[in-house]
Amino acid sequence: MTRDQDYFAVFELPRKLAVDGDALQRRFYELSRRHHPDFHQGASAEAQGEALATSALVNRAYRALRDPLARVEYLVALESGGAPGDESKGKPRPPMDLLEEMMEVQEGLMEARAAGLGADERARLTESRRHLAERYQAEEAAIVGRFGDWDRAAAGERGALVAWFKERLAARAYLRTVIDDLGEALGEDTETHVAHRRH
Amino acid sequence: MSRIVGIDLGTTNSLVAYVEGGIPKVIPDAEGKALLPSIVAYTPDGVLVGEPARRQLVRQPTRTIYSVKRLMGRGYADVEGELTLFPFAVEPAAEVVRIRVGERTVTPPEVSAHVLRALKLRAEAHLDEPIEQAVITVPAYFSDAQRQATKDAGRIAGLEVLRIVNEPTAASLAYGLQRLAQGTIAVYDLGGGTFDISILRVKDGIFEVLATNGNTHLGGDDFDRAMVEWLLADIRERHGTDLSGDAEAVQELRLAAEAAKCRLSASPRTALTLPFERFTYRRDISREDVEALITPLVEATLGPCRMALRDAGLTPDQIDEVVLVGGSTRVPLVRARVETVFGRTPHSQLNPDEVVALGAAVQAQILAGGITDMLLLDVTPLSLGIETLGGIVSVLISRNTTIPTMAKEMFTTSVDGQTVVDLHVLQGERELARDNRSLARFELGVDPMPAGMPKIEMTFLIDANGILQVQARELRTGREASIQVRPTYGLTEGEVERMVEESFEHAEADVGARLLIEAQTEADVVANHVERALAQGGALAEAGELERIRAALAALREARAGTDRDLIRDRTIALNQATERLAEAMMDTALKEALASRRADRILESQ
Repeated sequence: MTRDQDYFAVFELPRKLAVDGDALQRRFYELSRRHHPDFHQGASAEAQGEALATSALVNRAYRALRDPLARVEYLVALESGGAPGDESKGKPRPPMDLLEEMMEVQEGLMEARAAGLGADERARLTESRRHLAERYQAEEAAIVGRFGDWDRAAAGERGALVAWFKERLAARAYLRTVIDDLGEALGEDTETHVAHRRH
Repeated sequence: MSRIVGIDLGTTNSLVAYVEGGIPKVIPDAEGKALLPSIVAYTPDGVLVGEPARRQLVRQPTRTIYSVKRLMGRGYADVEGELTLFPFAVEPAAEVVRIRVGERTVTPPEVSAHVLRALKLRAEAHLDEPIEQAVITVPAYFSDAQRQATKDAGRIAGLEVLRIVNEPTAASLAYGLQRLAQGTIAVYDLGGGTFDISILRVKDGIFEVLATNGNTHLGGDDFDRAMVEWLLADIRERHGTDLSGDAEAVQELRLAAEAAKCRLSASPRTALTLPFERFTYRRDISREDVEALITPLVEATLGPCRMALRDAGLTPDQIDEVVLVGGSTRVPLVRARVETVFGRTPHSQLNPDEVVALGAAVQAQILAGGITDMLLLDVTPLSLGIETLGGIVSVLISRNTTIPTMAKEMFTTSVDGQTVVDLHVLQGERELARDNRSLARFELGVDPMPAGMPKIEMTFLIDANGILQVQARELRTGREASIQVRPTYGLTEGEVERMVEESFEHAEADVGARLLIEAQTEADVVANHVERALAQGGALAEAGELERIRAALAALREARAGTDRDLIRDRTIALNQATERLAEAMMDTALKEALASRRADRILESQ
């Protein structure tokens, strides 16, 4: 294994979005047993340094690949020429069809920050948050829904797909920020928004 | 490779363990005790550690340091709020806090090093071989600075610290080795001063931590403090005296509260009797009284439990087992609350005081190559980031990332000819730099170039100890950039070197001083007993006996004034022997009196 390998290569996987979670975990355990610094304690300083770096790479690769959304984020960064270890999330941008609602929400947030929340305003922001959370789930479902398209795509179709993923991920990132801001303004725990992450 | 021991360096007690024949074992001291109180007394005559130091808590409260783990790797501002109940003085400092003991000051790693050295000596005596390498446990929620401080303490004590391992995960190794926990497990670890919750998946010998959370300033100490405040208020009310400024009295109250708390874990009621100079304080305490006091503290552990579950992406019903670690989990209220959060009865099959040390020994054995089918994959508890424009934190490595891990980041200059780039590295979950824990400042040396030209690639690597390593490379030249590290709350390399040297110089003298003070303390205890006995039971003495005892007592007092510890010990034994017969005679009389009074009671009853 070399340190310049991309995360898919680390796990000897094709650059596809459909990944068998159990197989990935088994492979992760195997690679960990081979490279973890615990098992190289008696080795030379150089070999120990190598084990440390490789083990760090394996851990980062597993973190990026085991979760579907992190996986597509990584793929987009990779296809856009990002270096391994640089999982850029893309600049958050509001979804175009929600622009108007977003403006209202942002105004409401500014008012709440300046003058506190009245009962009406609270109800309105709570409703917005519920709606945006639904939209957030829908964005994720839409993104995961096109994994198969990527896996079947011919070389010529990939550029457009990457651009589409990038746009949807940016919208999702924007929604996440607004939902968190709303949660904070409402003084509520954001605990209700547990998504995906692990299985 | 020589033997590697596992050490649990606790807030209240510390232990050392090793693996023999595939089984982890705690190493007892000469008297068979496993727990070494994490207490260090800097007496004018020398340094005491453990039980002898505990006896100085009330006698020399300003020189006897306990719970120093709470100060490890912290800045003065971090700990200021809780210093009021420490009888010893902690001095404000820009960097590492210092504790004043008489004429000098000591740092928390130096204090901890005394505890570690005592454990090292204990292991060497027991195993009859030199011990130079150790695995030391820390709370999972310890920051980089707190881990580094623990490593420094090990070095000062003459130990190479091969691994810093998290306490709850160490506990899971001990359970896992004996196949006592499988599947998805939650380890709830409430010790003397710290709280951790870790959620792990145990499968095929791999112990994969999914998430961890906690509070490094929450534990049994805080229960005791709440009780002391309550008792002080009660004394003010009932005796019209405020004892809060009296270090000795507060220390006695603290010890009494701690003991009462422990008794209340087994029985619903207990009583306190504390003789002070002007009055004797008596108080009945019920379990409900204490529960009312500690409820907010116990509740404060539940938020981190929910956070850890959320970060692991799990719901409580997906947890197969809940394991309790740490002495404070003996408190019934703690057990009850943990049960409600996870919806299942927690268990503690392995001794909660010992299980962390046992796990450290297992990790030591893994590093030594003696166990090859187990592997611990731990996480970093706190996000790591750098300060950017406007004091905002840019996160490089998020919390609960499996370690080792790394992140790369590019930096450049903003002014023509700039030769130094400053970086401020932080740990924590807040957006603003000032709300997080400052870890270190790095100064990168670069060749003078027009602004924006240098391309410096920084690699932030968190190793298996959870400690940050940093490398920098200028990409145009391919040269390694020089890095100056200024730890915010840590000791510099030079300071640690100096302390290591000092500890070698003092090691021999310290042991001698300790033995002398132990002998003196013992002599005082025996002499005081004898004096009291003579006052009460002198009439029972036979002809010539009183003279013999008085002579032995005078001889002991004379020896006690000197520094010959063998002489003191011999004369202590001689005094004990001289009073043996009298002690028995007094015991008989007391017994007869007790029996007589009981008979009298019965006669009264039957009438």
